Amino acid sequence: MAAASDDAIIRFENVGLRYGLGPEVLKDVNFELAKGSFHFLIGESGAGKSSLLKLIYLALKPSRGLISLFGHDIAVTSRHQLPALRRRVGVVFQEFRLLNHLSAFDNVALPLRVAGAKENLVKKHVTELLTWVGLQSHMEARPPTLSGGQQQRVSIARAIIARPRLLLADEPTGNVDDVMGFRLMHLFEELNRLGTTVVIATHNMQVVERLGHGRLLLDDGNLTVKPPQPKKETVAAASRLSKGEEDALAAAEQAAIADPFGDFPDENETFGDPASLGNYL
Amino acid sequence: MFKFFARRSDLPLDRDAHSQFLPWLIAFMVFLAVLAMAGMLMLNAVAERWDQGVTGTLTVQIAPSEDPSEDDIRLRNALTILASTKAIDRYEVMSDARVLKLLEPWLGGIANSDELPLPRLIDVELHSGADLDAAQLTERLAARVPGSSVDDHRVWLERLVSLIRTVQTLATMVLFFIAMATVGTVIFTTRTGLAIHREAIEVLHLIGAQDSYIARQFARRALALGLTGGLLGLVLGIPTLMAIGYLVGRMDGFLLPSLHLAGYHWILVGLLPVGVALIAMITARTTVLRSLAKML
Repeated sequence: MAAASDDAIIRFENVGLRYGLGPEVLKDVNFELAKGSFHFLIGESGAGKSSLLKLIYLALKPSRGLISLFGHDIAVTSRHQLPALRRRVGVVFQEFRLLNHLSAFDNVALPLRVAGAKENLVKKHVTELLTWVGLQSHMEARPPTLSGGQQQRVSIARAIIARPRLLLADEPTGNVDDVMGFRLMHLFEELNRLGTTVVIATHNMQVVERLGHGRLLLDDGNLTVKPPQPKKETVAAASRLSKGEEDALAAAEQAAIADPFGDFPDENETFGDPASLGNYL
Repeated sequence: MFKFFARRSDLPLDRDAHSQFLPWLIAFMVFLAVLAMAGMLMLNAVAERWDQGVTGTLTVQIAPSEDPSEDDIRLRNALTILASTKAIDRYEVMSDARVLKLLEPWLGGIANSDELPLPRLIDVELHSGADLDAAQLTERLAARVPGSSVDDHRVWLERLVSLIRTVQTLATMVLFFIAMATVGTVIFTTRTGLAIHREAIEVLHLIGAQDSYIARQFARRALALGLTGGLLGLVLGIPTLMAIGYLVGRMDGFLLPSLHLAGYHWILVGLLPVGVALIAMITARTTVLRSLAKML
């Protein structure tokens, strides 16, 4: 596998993308993301956010330009080496993309199983993580029987079960209410604090302004990188929560600060106290 | 083996309606393969038996003369020559009754030899491994026994063996075509499965599954379906073979040779389902790997 020269997790150089013979949906995209950074990918609908994410999680090849992921030039990386790169990337798809014939447990277990993890280890970590996201009583449920929020949590659990170095989420707050949206963002921030590089595509500007992370602004296929901004508003003000919701969210924030995720999924490690995640989700 | 088939699959291949017909198609093909292979093995055995039975024997024929008293003199002269030939182990003059019996299928019942002049036939057996020059013996006999001829059955045997080999070649071709039909059916079924589960396969890819991980699931399913269909075909084929054997056994042995399968023949026939299942498994795996190689 050819290694690029720097330590950036993601590097795009003059990347263009077009579907078939259509117009370019991404034009001369140049940026790089440092390890451990947190960015929002923002832009109008149709601006190319999903396409950019697809390029990052190796679902598409660029029409031109260079993409480097974890220091590896994708253009010269052989096909059979791609799975190893993909295992370092966790993806929360906008439409979840859960496998409906599998239980919540088996959906979350997939990344570990494709990596060849032993079944006893799979059982231990998946059980812990599903408990952690508050789905301990839905482990055997099929996705179609779960609510949108529950499917969202299964999708997130699947994305983080293998402890990815890069987490991508495409409109993760698109299917949930404001409170759940902010709780999800806290979840991603905690993962980021544990060292995971995070990129979240969203058009929810309240969340973006409230959290103040760096921004990748896409406008008609052109990308601009904006540095982190100071937080402008409180959680409650930004999301227009009721008094009760504000109290609940404040408690959740306090719990998050007091008991972050813990380290996983090494063989001797656990996800920490499952109750702590229940405060988020 | 049961644990192997009971393994969890990430793709719901066991629910695919399009693959439900596969065991029946494979059963039909294995049924035909059982008949073709059994026929091939039986013909091989028959050819060997005929070969062993005819090699090392010959028949001396003395045509009847106008003067019946001459016939006995010719016969004695012929026997003298045979007795002096070292390669010959024993010889026996066929009785008129036996000659009449041999002619019966063609000439019908004949009361006695007075109605028809019969040739004198001498059955000759050679020493084991002896190499007799049939042409030289013919010349020696012709010199002292006019109207004599020697039949070492070679021409007849060569024609028979040639016929059997032709039928065997046809049976082998049938087996080959059955194998090709199995491969084609499995390719079609696998490609349909790939198209149906494209979305799930894409998800598996995106979370880091190797092509071989996905191919293994298709291969395992094809092996299970192949074995199921193969065993079904075998179960249908064996009674058919037994019925054919029974019907042949009831016919006159003069017209049809004894047809039966030896123990190792049954083992070979019994291995057909395993062979077909392995072909199905390898085909499914190869098809999936080739198709996935076109994806990113």
